[in-house]
Amino acid sequence: MSTINVKVAAIEAVTPLIKHFTLVHEDGSELPSFSGGSHIVVTMDAEGRTYRNPYSLMGSPTDTQAYHISVRRQESSRGGSLFMHEHVHVGMRLKITHPVNLFSLSKLAHKHILIAGGIGITPFMSQIEDLKRVGADYELHYAFRAYEQAAFVNELEEMCEGHLHCYADSQGERIDLNALLSQQPLGSHVYVCGPSPMVVAVLETARNLGWPENNIHNEEFSSPPVGEPFKVQLAKSDIEIQVPAEMSMLEAIEAAGVKADSLCRGGVCGRCELTVLETDGGIEHHDHYLSDSEKVSCRSIMPCVSRTKGKRLVLDL
Amino acid sequence: MQLNFNDESFRDDYSYKNSPGAIKRFPFPFAEDHYMYSVNIEPHTKGAQGSVYEFTFDVDEHYVSECLDKIITLEQDPGRYSALPHMMDAQWDFLELAMTSMANDYPEYFTLTKNGNVWTWENRPLDIMDTFTFGDASTLPSEPFEYMGRQMQGDFVLLDQRDGTLYSDAGIVTSQADWSLAFNTGMSWQEWHGPVPKVTELGVLDRALKYLLNLQVGNPVRRLNWTMTVNPRLDTSPENYPLWAIDRNKVNNETVGELVNLRVELQSLFRLPRSNAIVFGVRCYLMSLKDITTYPRWAKRLHRVQKDLHPDLIEYKGMTSYHRYVIDWLAQFDDGEVLEYGSHPE
Repeated sequence: MSTINVKVAAIEAVTPLIKHFTLVHEDGSELPSFSGGSHIVVTMDAEGRTYRNPYSLMGSPTDTQAYHISVRRQESSRGGSLFMHEHVHVGMRLKITHPVNLFSLSKLAHKHILIAGGIGITPFMSQIEDLKRVGADYELHYAFRAYEQAAFVNELEEMCEGHLHCYADSQGERIDLNALLSQQPLGSHVYVCGPSPMVVAVLETARNLGWPENNIHNEEFSSPPVGEPFKVQLAKSDIEIQVPAEMSMLEAIEAAGVKADSLCRGGVCGRCELTVLETDGGIEHHDHYLSDSEKVSCRSIMPCVSRTKGKRLVLDL
Repeated sequence: MQLNFNDESFRDDYSYKNSPGAIKRFPFPFAEDHYMYSVNIEPHTKGAQGSVYEFTFDVDEHYVSECLDKIITLEQDPGRYSALPHMMDAQWDFLELAMTSMANDYPEYFTLTKNGNVWTWENRPLDIMDTFTFGDASTLPSEPFEYMGRQMQGDFVLLDQRDGTLYSDAGIVTSQADWSLAFNTGMSWQEWHGPVPKVTELGVLDRALKYLLNLQVGNPVRRLNWTMTVNPRLDTSPENYPLWAIDRNKVNNETVGELVNLRVELQSLFRLPRSNAIVFGVRCYLMSLKDITTYPRWAKRLHRVQKDLHPDLIEYKGMTSYHRYVIDWLAQFDDGEVLEYGSHPE
C-alpha cells in the first residue's frame, strides 16, 4: 500500500479536548485531491509500537495544499489519540495513506440529511464543501454536550448559512430523530457520524420508518491493512520468519527471499493460496476467496491479507 | 522515445498492420495451455521499458490512426458517448488523470501547463492546443470526458459507486467487442455482466466487485481479456453488426491466418479522487494469427488454449462459425513441446 510522507504544518487547540492538525506534503508538493467524507490512516511511530489511526479529512476537497484532521483526546483508547495530542509537534514527519472514502455522498440523492455527534462533525465538513459546490439540498444536525466544548460551530454557521441546526445537551436540546426522519421527501439520504449510541439510534429510526437500506449511511473506516506481529514457519524452505505489524505475511515472505506466487494482493484472486500444515486455529481470514467452510477448516490461507493470532502457524512453502 | 505513427485504417480496406516491434510487445494473454475466467486482476504498476505496461496509458504506433477512427465512429453515431449528469466531477477527474499521466509519460508528444485553474493542453500528434478553465466545461469544445477520451486509444467507462455496487454511468466507447454503451448506461455491475457465461457460478463476479469497491486512489489495477475479431476492426459494436459480423463467413483454411485477429483488451481501473468514481479503461490490441506465429511459443500456446476452450465461451465470444478453422490452422505450428508458465515471447 502506497503512503504519503507529510509534515505537521500547524496544530491548533480547538477545544480543551480537540486538536486540529494541518498536514502538508513533506517535499512541499501538492497532495491528492479527494472526495467529501474521505479519511486517511495516520501511522505514528511511538517508541516500541506503531499506532495506525483513521481520521476524517475535514478541509475542502479542492484544497490540495494541505490536509486537515481533528483529533479528540481519548483517554481510554489504544493510545493513538493520546500520542497525537502529547507527542506530535509542528514540523514532525508522519506517514499517511492516500484518502479512502467509505462514507461518500450519494450523487443521486434528492436531499441529504447529515447528523453529527461531537467529533463526528469532521467528515461532514468536507462533504458540505462538495454539497455546496454542486448546489445540493441538505440539512446538517449537529449535537454536542455544550457550546463551550463544541468544535467549529462558528465556521459551520458561516459555511452552512441556514442549513445548520445545533443541539446542546447542556441546554436540554436533543435531535428528535423520529420527527426529523419521518418528514423527508422521497429520495432523501441520511448520513450519521458520532458516538455509537447515536449511530445505532439513527440507523434504527430510519429502518423503522421504512427508509431504504441504501439511503442510510454511517461512517466506516477502512480496517488497518495490517495487525499484530507474529511468527510463521515455512516448512519446505525450513525457515521461520517474523511478520511485522505493518507488513502482510506475503510481503514478509517475499522480504525473506522466498518465492511466493501472487497476483491481486487483495484477497480475491486466489493465486497466493498456501496450504496450512499446522495451526492452533488462530487464523484471521480477511480474504473473499475461500468459502466459509474452507475458512473454518483452516487448511488454506491467503497470505496477502490474512494473518494469525495463534501461537503456531506452519505453511507448506 | 520516438514513435512512427502508422497511416492505416480499421475499416473498409483494413490497412492496419503491426511492425515487428509492435508484435514483440503484444500483450499475449495466455500463460498456460488452458483458459477459463478467473479474477485475473493485478496492481497496475510500472512494467518493463517498452512494454505495454511501462506507462499509465500506453501510446503506440497506432495512436493517430486509432484516434481518427474514433472520430469517424462518433460522427456516425454520437450515442457512443454518453454521460449522466451526476458524473461531471468524474469527468474532470478523468481529464486530469489522463492529461497529467500522458504529459508526464510522453513529454515529446503532450504538454500540460497549469496556471492556477487555467490549463493549456497541447497534443502534438493530433495537432491540438487548447486553453481552458479546469472545472468549467463551457471553456472546452466538448464535455471534459469526451474531449480527452477522443485523444486516447481505447474505450473508457466511468463507474459511480453507490448502493454497494458500481454503476456504468458514463462512457466513450468506439472499439468494443460487441457490447453497447447505449444499452449499458446506468446499469449496475451485476446487470451489465449478466450475459457473460460461467462467471456467476465461478463466484468471479462477486469477488471482483468486492475488490473494486475497495480500489484506492494511487493504486490502480489491470487485467487482460481477449476475444477474436475478423479483420482488424475496432468498431465491432452491436449497432453496426451488419457491417462486420458477415465477415465471419469469409474465414476458411486459406484466409484464416490473415483474417482472424486475436483481440486483447488491456483493462485498467483507477479510483478517481474528487468523485470517488472509478474509470474503467479498455485498450484494444489486434494481432493477426499470422503475426502471432512470429513467435512459435505463442502459436503453440494459442493452439492449445483454443483446442480445449469451453463451448459456452466460444459461443459468447462470437467465434462459433469459424473457430474450427482457427484450431486446424494453428495445429501446424504445435509440435507438442512442453511450454513453461508465462505469456512472454521467445
